[in-house]
Amino acid sequence: MYIFKLAILTLFLSVTSAQAEVPLPSISKGQGDSCVRATDDMRYNHMDYIQHHRDETMYRGIRTEQDSLKQCVTCHAVKDDDGGYINATDKRHFCSSCHSYASVKIDCFQCHTDTPRSTDIHEPLAQGQ
Amino acid sequence: MKRIQFSEISGYAPGYLLILGITGLLAAMGLGAAYYMEHNGHWVTGMNNEIVWGTPHVFAVFLIVAASGALNVASISSVFQKPIYKPMARLSGLLALALLAGGLLVLVLDLGRPDRLIVAMTYYNFKSIFAWNIYLYTGFFAIVIVYLWTMMERRMNGYTRAAGIAAFVWRLALTTGTGSIFGFIVARQAYDAAIYAPMFIIMSFSFGLAVFLLVLMTIYHGTARKLGDAVLYRLKNLLGVFVAAVMMLVTMYFLTNLYATEHHGISAFILAGDHVYTKLFWVVQIILGSIAPLVILYNPITGTSRVWIAIASMLVIIGGLAQLYVIIIGGQAFPLVLFPGMEVSSTFQDGVVASYSPSLPEILLGLGGIGVALIIVTLAVKVLQFTPESLADADIDPNYSAG
Amino acid sequence: MSEKEQVNLTRRNLLGGTAAAMAGLTIAPGIILVETAQAKPKDQPVTDAVRWGILININNCADDCTGCVDACQEENGWGKGSSDESKSRPDQKAQWIRKVKVTDRETGHAKTLPMMCQHCESPPCVDVCPTGASYKRIDGIVLVDKHICIGCRYCMMACPYKARSFIHETLTDQRSYAPRGQGTVESCTMCVHRVDDDQQPACVEACSSTFNSAMIFGDLNDPESKISKELARHGGVRIRADLGLNPGVRYQGIYG
Repeated sequence: MYIFKLAILTLFLSVTSAQAEVPLPSISKGQGDSCVRATDDMRYNHMDYIQHHRDETMYRGIRTEQDSLKQCVTCHAVKDDDGGYINATDKRHFCSSCHSYASVKIDCFQCHTDTPRSTDIHEPLAQGQ
Repeated sequence: MKRIQFSEISGYAPGYLLILGITGLLAAMGLGAAYYMEHNGHWVTGMNNEIVWGTPHVFAVFLIVAASGALNVASISSVFQKPIYKPMARLSGLLALALLAGGLLVLVLDLGRPDRLIVAMTYYNFKSIFAWNIYLYTGFFAIVIVYLWTMMERRMNGYTRAAGIAAFVWRLALTTGTGSIFGFIVARQAYDAAIYAPMFIIMSFSFGLAVFLLVLMTIYHGTARKLGDAVLYRLKNLLGVFVAAVMMLVTMYFLTNLYATEHHGISAFILAGDHVYTKLFWVVQIILGSIAPLVILYNPITGTSRVWIAIASMLVIIGGLAQLYVIIIGGQAFPLVLFPGMEVSSTFQDGVVASYSPSLPEILLGLGGIGVALIIVTLAVKVLQFTPESLADADIDPNYSAG
Repeated sequence: MSEKEQVNLTRRNLLGGTAAAMAGLTIAPGIILVETAQAKPKDQPVTDAVRWGILININNCADDCTGCVDACQEENGWGKGSSDESKSRPDQKAQWIRKVKVTDRETGHAKTLPMMCQHCESPPCVDVCPTGASYKRIDGIVLVDKHICIGCRYCMMACPYKARSFIHETLTDQRSYAPRGQGTVESCTMCVHRVDDDQQPACVEACSSTFNSAMIFGDLNDPESKISKELARHGGVRIRADLGLNPGVRYQGIYG
């Protein structure tokens, strides 16, 4: 238990000291007027929303757009000076800007594409819209 | 018969440091290979979409099976109450833990996503034999640790027998589970046979005892402690029985397959094919790994020579690795029967023997598992009282009479 | 705008908002929309009222045609449809669907057929998966939850059809609707993203657009669906029926 506490303390100290040195991330603005939920809410809970929706989609075939990762990637895509989309390996990527600052590994983009795709063939039908 | 005195291995003899160095190097190379494989992806290995389990799995399954077998000596002492084996029971338990740790490490480091080990611990599909095995392996650790505790803590000695019986039952379940990984696969011709469960149990007896004999002889030779002939000959005779029993089950496996026309294909593939699996089966598994050790162990001249007993144990281990190579990789190489009675071909090697050649990282990872297992033993006997100061016949054999 | 995107837009405009009304209609020779009574709204879960299946008449499957394979690669972004997997050897690359040539040893009679995940009712891959990553959706489609797949490959050992692939290297060129990545196992999804969108799997659509029209996609539970009627009329076999897995993919013309 002592070691555990020590580890937490070390982590805390390293985070706070890092805050003093590392500049705050510059987060690019997404498309449209606002996010699908309040920004504060998204900051704290986006992972839960995405994860909940992921299971809804995978296991139950619910394909609404509000909490889908695909929609996040589409709205929050960032382009470089040449007009090409920026990948998640780059700190300017919307997700990576914060995640690299907070040192939290993103496991999404090993499988999911991190930019809107021009190679997509399938365009979902605009049902009920 | 004297009271058994256990003690740590004292000092830092060159031999001890050499063993520590070699096992440490093996372990380090294994970890390096695992990092290399995970960093690049499995394309750097010989494994592919047909041979999905390769050399690491041969080593991993060998170590896991041998772990269960390494507990033989402790089981005989506690469950069947043979006092002559009792002084070696601690080492037997330690070796079992070490081998299992080495085997599991290889298995885990070969996963496509080893970083998700926590997922394997938190999501269970209870219909999966793999999921049962996760419980069987962790349970084995827990039970053997408790078993060792009852042996090494005097106040707990009264519980040794109960812990020993629990460990004995558990290890049989563990090898049954490991064999069933293959036994329950209906899709492939080489598997789908219930005989894999008993076969793996006997294989564990044989491989585990061979490893135990080598470790025991190395420690006692290296520390110039006494190891009596009576106890050594008992163990080597037992090894011979196990080697013969494995051959018997292998024979049964092929006899049942040869009787059913449906299985002629896979039998001919292993027994009379023109590829490495047939050679491994006959030359390494049967001749070098089974017949040669039997001859060595039961021949009155070689059977009483420690060098020859060590050679025989080594051969059993090499034969065991070959046997698992034939079962695991040979079993996958044989083409799936999609349309019985029809010939198939495709751009994805349907109907042809799948190709596989082990890559260096795979071999290093497998050897790394052995390195980790041995380094655990090497360090543990140094810091804790696992080994008796003497295993001379006069000290441990209740029936010993001088002259 | 690329040609591909234009095609998509055209299709989108043509079908948008009227999918339900047009269900079951033939909009071009050989192209038939999915025969569900009505389109499933996006926010509704799939149900076990349907069981999706594909019937393949291999008498109509041309030996040299790889239309289904090509379409799958393009749709799901593997093989020729992706710039990834350049390091993997041929036997390490993904194979969601492949053409298999079946020859009768005695008569020499040979046919080709597409082979992919057979979407078993009792899938061995789901049984053996230690974490439950291999799963069967309630409507019969067998999938991999790559979020909890640890890459142990036991499912690949257990699959009688060699339908699954392990990803041997890092990928970056995925389709947005077909996530796939290093260290996990994947296979034919029956184009679940299209099925949820009331479209046919890409292979079936591609096959229909050739003169072959060897594949029918539909609901095996609905006796009025085209696939059920065809199965009732002319039958269809399950590959390795002896294993009792009851695949959702059926074939006609293999043994005669």
